[in-house]
Amino acid sequence: MSATTTTPAAVDPRTPGIPFSRLVLVELRKMFNTRSGFWLMMSIGIIAVLATLVVILFVPDSAITYGTFAGAFGVPMALLLPIVAILSVTGEWSQRTGLVTFTLVPHRGSIIAAKAAASVLVGVVSMALAFAIGAVGNIVGAAVNGLDQVWDADFKDLALIVLANILGLLIGFMFGILFRNPAGAIVAYLVYGFVLPGLFGLLAALQDWFEKVQPWVDFNYAQAPLFEGGPSGEEWAQLGTSGLIWFVLPMTFGVWRVLKAEVK
Amino acid sequence: MITVQNLTKTYGPFRAVDDVSFACQPGKVTGFLGPNGAGKSTTMRIMTGLTPATAGDVRIDGVHYQDIPNPGRQIGVLLDASAQHAGRTGREILALSALTMGLPASRVDEMLELVSLTQSESKRRVKNYSLGMRQRLGIANALMGDPKVLILDEPANGLDPAGIHWMRSLLRHYADRGGTVLLSSHLLHEIEIIADEIIVIGQGRIVAQGSKEDLLQSVGTYVAAADNQKLAEALRAAGQTPSASGEGLNVDGDPTSVGQIALTAGIALVELRPAGSAGLEEMFLQLTSDTQREVVAPNAGGAA
Repeated sequence: MSATTTTPAAVDPRTPGIPFSRLVLVELRKMFNTRSGFWLMMSIGIIAVLATLVVILFVPDSAITYGTFAGAFGVPMALLLPIVAILSVTGEWSQRTGLVTFTLVPHRGSIIAAKAAASVLVGVVSMALAFAIGAVGNIVGAAVNGLDQVWDADFKDLALIVLANILGLLIGFMFGILFRNPAGAIVAYLVYGFVLPGLFGLLAALQDWFEKVQPWVDFNYAQAPLFEGGPSGEEWAQLGTSGLIWFVLPMTFGVWRVLKAEVK
Repeated sequence: MITVQNLTKTYGPFRAVDDVSFACQPGKVTGFLGPNGAGKSTTMRIMTGLTPATAGDVRIDGVHYQDIPNPGRQIGVLLDASAQHAGRTGREILALSALTMGLPASRVDEMLELVSLTQSESKRRVKNYSLGMRQRLGIANALMGDPKVLILDEPANGLDPAGIHWMRSLLRHYADRGGTVLLSSHLLHEIEIIADEIIVIGQGRIVAQGSKEDLLQSVGTYVAAADNQKLAEALRAAGQTPSASGEGLNVDGDPTSVGQIALTAGIALVELRPAGSAGLEEMFLQLTSDTQREVVAPNAGGAA
């Protein structure tokens, strides 16, 4: 079949494939090229600016330090970045674009990996942007209030905050893979990120045994040291075990289901 | 060439696709005809690796779809024109596909021109598109990689008559250049206009397949006489099984033998012709009657 020229051009399985970098580029573009996606991305920048203004205007002079600015992005970023990741995944099912995506690239694992890479990239760039805006805020804030600039967060502190936010983003990504439905995944993430810590805290206060195991099984709890100068060796291990429970296991199950499921 | 072999897909006890085998030849437009829920879309999703088959095999030029690197450059697929992000513009959807396949951005404009979508239409969001415009966008998407094989699910759905004829000439030219085309429809007249080969499917099973001419011929002859009763008796005596059809009778035999029977019996005919599209339609309705949701009053006795 390969040597004949009279037969019509046959499908050739030896042509070059699609490089992974191109898949990441496509997934990045998909995050920006809808109106909702575009404004979600814009809102990250807008909220970073708003948070900085709030710190300059309302925080007492003694607290106008870079650490305060960097910390002010915590909650909004913990909310927005996972939603970016969730929508990147669930759109293929809720908007049914998967019919095109998975026929152009009949390897769902590659698409999931590309989406994860694109989401993490957006997360890291967003955090870097927020820190840059915070730095400007710190300079302006000190000047406006007639204070000395205080740079009390070094690169390691910032890197750990980025790591914490990326872990949150990945949890959102995992819920997206697991539910393949934006509403379900967002609700699950909110419960995980904002309801569960309270419940676990209550349980720990009431039950001694749970207080002892909580750092090992509660992923939110285990992340706290990331905001407090960095985890110790044992705390890294706790991040590992709780991350296994809350991220690796459900993610594995979710990916397995996506690989098996029908795309309709 | 697309080769489907003993393909079966079950959902619990329900057999959506039941031991289906057929082949689509290059240079021909193959029409996949069947009522809603007959298993056309499921078969096409299995072909493109979206749905795992329960049993059987589909190969395109001997290769499984999943094993084709960058399949968009070799196989054009349109499974559902409405399955697009409503908030993206038509142009952006094509640009994403071009980027995925590694094609230059200029290809987007070429495709828009090919399917007659204007520049201003291409900048509108897909939620504001009519079904016909979505179909054109979907065709543009499928043809973008200059594929050798086209797999199109209900591509003419939503097109006006002029649009259907446009699609016919588009697919005709494509097949004449050696391309393989498989398209589905639940409307007989669409398939009659566009396809060379027809595969009829009902309840997951193939109930008829062959060239359009063969299928038209195989459904026999329409014949009418001044005295249909007498004609029917003569036909029965000759071993034919006539059934009432409009003003005359439908017979399985070809027009020559039916005419001979009438001549021998000395019956003057009013009309004698191949049953034609009306026959194919009747066959289609009859063969797929079990899957039709509408209950048609059974005029043709004995058809079961």
